[in-house]
Amino acid sequence: MAETLLEVKDLKVQFDTPDGVVKAVDGVSFTVERGQTLGVVGESGSGKSVTFMTVMGLIAGNARISGEIIFEGRDLLKLPPAEVRAIRGDGMGMVFQDPMTSLHPMYRVGDQIVEAIRAHRDIDRKEAWDMAVEMLRKVGLPRPEERAKDYPHEYSGGMRQRAMIAMAMVLNPDLLIADEPTTALDVTVQAQILELMEQLKSEYNCGVVLITHDLGVVADVSQKVMVMYAGRAAEYGTRDQVFNTPLHPYTWGLLESIPTVERRVERLVPIEGTPPSLINPPRGCAFHPRCPHRFEPCDGERPELEMRGGDHPDACYLAIEDKRRLWAEREQRRQKEPA
Amino acid sequence: MTRYVIRRLLYVILVILVITFISYVVFFLMPSGNPAVQFAGKSPTKALIHQIEKQFGLNHPWYVQYGIFVKHLFLGDQYGWPGFGESYNTREPVKNELFSRAWVTFQLAVGAAVVWLAMGIPIGIVSALRRRTLIDRASMGFALFGVSAPVFVLGLLSLWIFWQHLRILPGTGYTSFSSNPAEWFLQFLQPWVVLSLLFAAFYARMVRGNLLETMSEDYIRTARAKGLPERRVVFKHGLRASLTPVVTMFGMDFGLLLGGAIITETVFNLPGLGTYVVQAVNDQNLPAVVGVVVLAAFFVAFFNLVVDILYAYLDPRVRYS
Ligand SMILES: Nc1ncnc2c1ncn2[C@@H]1O[C@H](COP(=O)(O)OP(=O)(O)OP(=O)(O)O)[C@@H](O)[C@H]1O
Ligand SMILES: [Mg+2]
Repeated sequence: MAETLLEVKDLKVQFDTPDGVVKAVDGVSFTVERGQTLGVVGESGSGKSVTFMTVMGLIAGNARISGEIIFEGRDLLKLPPAEVRAIRGDGMGMVFQDPMTSLHPMYRVGDQIVEAIRAHRDIDRKEAWDMAVEMLRKVGLPRPEERAKDYPHEYSGGMRQRAMIAMAMVLNPDLLIADEPTTALDVTVQAQILELMEQLKSEYNCGVVLITHDLGVVADVSQKVMVMYAGRAAEYGTRDQVFNTPLHPYTWGLLESIPTVERRVERLVPIEGTPPSLINPPRGCAFHPRCPHRFEPCDGERPELEMRGGDHPDACYLAIEDKRRLWAEREQRRQKEPA
Repeated sequence: MTRYVIRRLLYVILVILVITFISYVVFFLMPSGNPAVQFAGKSPTKALIHQIEKQFGLNHPWYVQYGIFVKHLFLGDQYGWPGFGESYNTREPVKNELFSRAWVTFQLAVGAAVVWLAMGIPIGIVSALRRRTLIDRASMGFALFGVSAPVFVLGLLSLWIFWQHLRILPGTGYTSFSSNPAEWFLQFLQPWVVLSLLFAAFYARMVRGNLLETMSEDYIRTARAKGLPERRVVFKHGLRASLTPVVTMFGMDFGLLLGGAIITETVFNLPGLGTYVVQAVNDQNLPAVVGVVVLAAFFVAFFNLVVDILYAYLDPRVRYS
């Protein structure tokens, strides 16, 4: 059994807004192990970013946070802010979606990495600069000695994301959180970035969280998958479990929207309907208004994420036989579809 | 870089040519009395007027006069370079008066700039960081007051309180630094503060807005994700980006102010360019009016150039083109 780096228990994050209380994260629990990747998928607004920004201690202001975030044995929600800050960037690093805007436009890339190093290590500038250059070399930047002196606007999108990864990994954190690291990049570059993250994961033996809209990306690199909907987990299991025997109709919809060679992008079936309000979520299962398989208990009590006869926990009231049958039918229908 | 500066300096010259040309057109097209008549005294004879016209060069058509003016400006006249001609009023070289008054305006502008930056920037920062708190509301209330209170009202109010009522500050007028440094400082104190209030208010609002916007940028989130202390996030990452446009604004405001602060100089009776130009317009003293116009245009254009060059240093994305 791999060492557990991060254990989140019943995390809730609520924002007070003029329109009401936004329940962005409404009770999620999961773990991240050393040397493994947790894939987190869900539509826009399902609370993926807020969950992991909270883990990083980057949510503040109008937020109410409860639950436990146990990182290497300590509950981050109980630590004083200064100690959380000391962990941020050192024990765990984060890479964001848009590399175009995530680097400061007015500082040299090398200096921005140096700053990350010197925020946690008491070493001189020269030494930190050499570390930064070495890290840039490791993430595959050509001529890193010279490129470290460049400003971000002199980099391409893929190079900026490499620089962001270098910045997040330079202190060898135990946990790397990547929030849609490839969404803003070209398809060819996406694959390179994912490969780089894989390579760093095995080299540093850290844990990785990969947040994405795209189940296809998760399939290649994750050991575990959490499917999020409306601030909660709809389904949580190993990659093989979630991909081979998905249990939640929302996951089925996501799986059916993965582009494959046979089914080109314009033929994708997006899940019908719109994501629910997080201020007044639907009664019962938040997905039920959009669910083609809903039946009488779905708008009653809210289904919890638990073992329901399958091989991994899910949050759907359908009987396990029905789930197996419905998914098999949907799979068949999909196969018959003309390419 | 050198080519860019040269091109911009040529542009400064062009601006001065255009704006002085407009001044000449306006002066000669405006239906007004003949300056020579005014200068000739109570009961002028035709011969006297004619003689004065000749002295002033008013006997030439206006475009010839303009040509002579441009020639003198760039090549110098009998009083040296740059040639600003002779005042219709005093028959003294305009240049001497112009430069001594520009010096007074300069002292006013520098002092006011120090005060408004020292007030506006910190107030803007604090209200951005303490957004929606009492201190933010108080600061923005002050800013609203500063933006809307007319300078002459503030000036007269200040004079009434500190000079006439409390008697702790000297009244209007100008004392040079070399003659009495303490008096110089006390006498400038009121014009500095009164003139700076409007700008301080404006800058506080601008800094607050810029900083709020910057603090929601992605790279601020990155800075926090690196584990930087919040102080460093704000002062190194936030301020760097949000003060850059303030530098531009400051250069333009300062250049504009060097051309004369008419109301402040009038209220506090300071012999600067602002009071000079008002008087010159009243007297139809063309060389003096054009002299101030040239200086003012030069300051504005010059500081625009300075700001543009500085901006390219401050923001690496900007390149001279
Ligand atoms: N500071 C905040 N104040 C109020 N609401 C917020 C705040 N931050 C996030 N939210 C809301 O929380 C919800 C979840 O947002 P989150 O960014 O976690 O979604 P996401 O799953 O990451 O989506 P995406 O795929 O678009 O990145 C959204 O509805 C968002 O509007
Ligand atoms: Mg997100």
